[in-house]
Amino acid sequence: MRVAIVGVGIHPFGRTPGRSGIEQGAYAARLALEDAGVAWKDIQFGYGGSYAAGNADAVGNELGLTGIPFTHVLNACATGGSSLISACREIQSGASELGLVVGFDKHDRGAFNAHPSEYGLGDWYGEIGMMLTTQFFAAKLQRYMHDYGITSDALARVANKAYRNGALNPNAWRRTPIDLEEIKSSTMVNDPLTKYMFCSPSEGAAALVICREDIAHRFTKKPVYVRAAVMRTKKFGAFEVYGTSVSLDGVPNASMQASKAAYEMAAVGPEDIDFAQLQDTESGAEIMHMAENGFCAHGEQERMLRDGETDLNGRLPINTDGGCLANGEPIGASGLRQIYETVLQLRGAAGERQVPGSPTLGYTHVYGAPGISAVTILER
Amino acid sequence: MKQRSIDSTLFKWPAAAPALLASSCSQCGAVAFPTATSCKACGSLAVNEIELPRSGTLWAWTVQRFMPKTPYHSSETAETFKPYGIGYVELPGALRIEARLTENDPQKLEVGLPMTLTFYVHRVDADGTEVMNYAFEPVRGDMQ
Repeated sequence: MRVAIVGVGIHPFGRTPGRSGIEQGAYAARLALEDAGVAWKDIQFGYGGSYAAGNADAVGNELGLTGIPFTHVLNACATGGSSLISACREIQSGASELGLVVGFDKHDRGAFNAHPSEYGLGDWYGEIGMMLTTQFFAAKLQRYMHDYGITSDALARVANKAYRNGALNPNAWRRTPIDLEEIKSSTMVNDPLTKYMFCSPSEGAAALVICREDIAHRFTKKPVYVRAAVMRTKKFGAFEVYGTSVSLDGVPNASMQASKAAYEMAAVGPEDIDFAQLQDTESGAEIMHMAENGFCAHGEQERMLRDGETDLNGRLPINTDGGCLANGEPIGASGLRQIYETVLQLRGAAGERQVPGSPTLGYTHVYGAPGISAVTILER
Repeated sequence: MKQRSIDSTLFKWPAAAPALLASSCSQCGAVAFPTATSCKACGSLAVNEIELPRSGTLWAWTVQRFMPKTPYHSSETAETFKPYGIGYVELPGALRIEARLTENDPQKLEVGLPMTLTFYVHRVDADGTEVMNYAFEPVRGDMQ
């Protein structure tokens, strides 16, 4: 049995002083309930999470303490994906038929400063200056550019596209287009990545109301179905963030594993996907994730970006809402933001940034520390 | 001058011939850096400490341009901080390990560059103890 998404809500991403992460989560949840035409008292269970802004069940303080089972999920960048997977299982098991999934976060300015012990690493790893995800992404990209001929021009094009799409998204944080030269010449942060090629930690929330497929039409004329939702962790020896050593064997990374499993679950291939949201912690990540998720061969991205194939009106639009680059990355909310955007696109309700041609299959992908990935395939 | 290794799972210090240490699994053969009490590949507790090769080639790299927040712990201040190279060095026949690089000039770093193991004083603790860390440096004479 498929699970249907019948309501979606979002709290604008960026900075919202004076409103807590939990309040932003409740805001998104109210909008999702309203979208589905469902009263909070009729919701039978909840799954959700944040990395740094409190327990998801605390949205009950805002929405009403109804006593339902509400499970907090803490799974870094895969928090949203893991919440949705758990909620789908809850419905597929027959235990419940209508639930809420919510993710939110509120981070301080500047890079994340995770502690090594949270990831099973010794204190030395942080003390000597390796506990930065940005370094991993930059080093991986440096190697990728060397191997496959990707240039800094392609990196700038990804960022330029993100800010153009963000400008069309009223809930995005960065809504001012930035031209290619300004992106390339902005401050170098981790070579070859400049300031405008990186996303920043931010704030925001997103929520979904989900139900059993056979009752979806009670709530909406345009249900979106979960064809696949999978999460994977790193395998020994793979090249992953916060990895002290990498084997010489070329082990598939978490994104490649999650992607493969999602295509199998949905019984579709990358050629069937109409548009995708891919983790773009930095612009090189989007490029590498295009290939790791099966959308092109390694190295083909340079031409695809030059030809605008991943623009809103291109062959395979990517990060249609501006992605992490334009929205920032509130960890607990980021994966659900991708799903929110995908639902809007599948409903034909994405406004100025609507992908043309009445798309039917959308794809979402997150990747983060310490080598975890979640992928969904959604269908209208 | 009193010195110590920043972490004895990485390397012993002082030592006559210091080397990076890894765990080698006697069940599945997997090798992982640094040493641990179990195998990261199969979970076996039957792991042996081995020394890793001291030279290899640069496999991936970047430069850390801004001073990291805590848990970064050096003797630097915002004023004295110097950008540092970070990379993965491929040790032939063994594995690729993440390491600081002594070189921070992007013009002097490239994939395939021959590298050799070195050690440096990462910080000085309040009692005067010099805390040693490992790094890789380009092999002299290779660069123009």
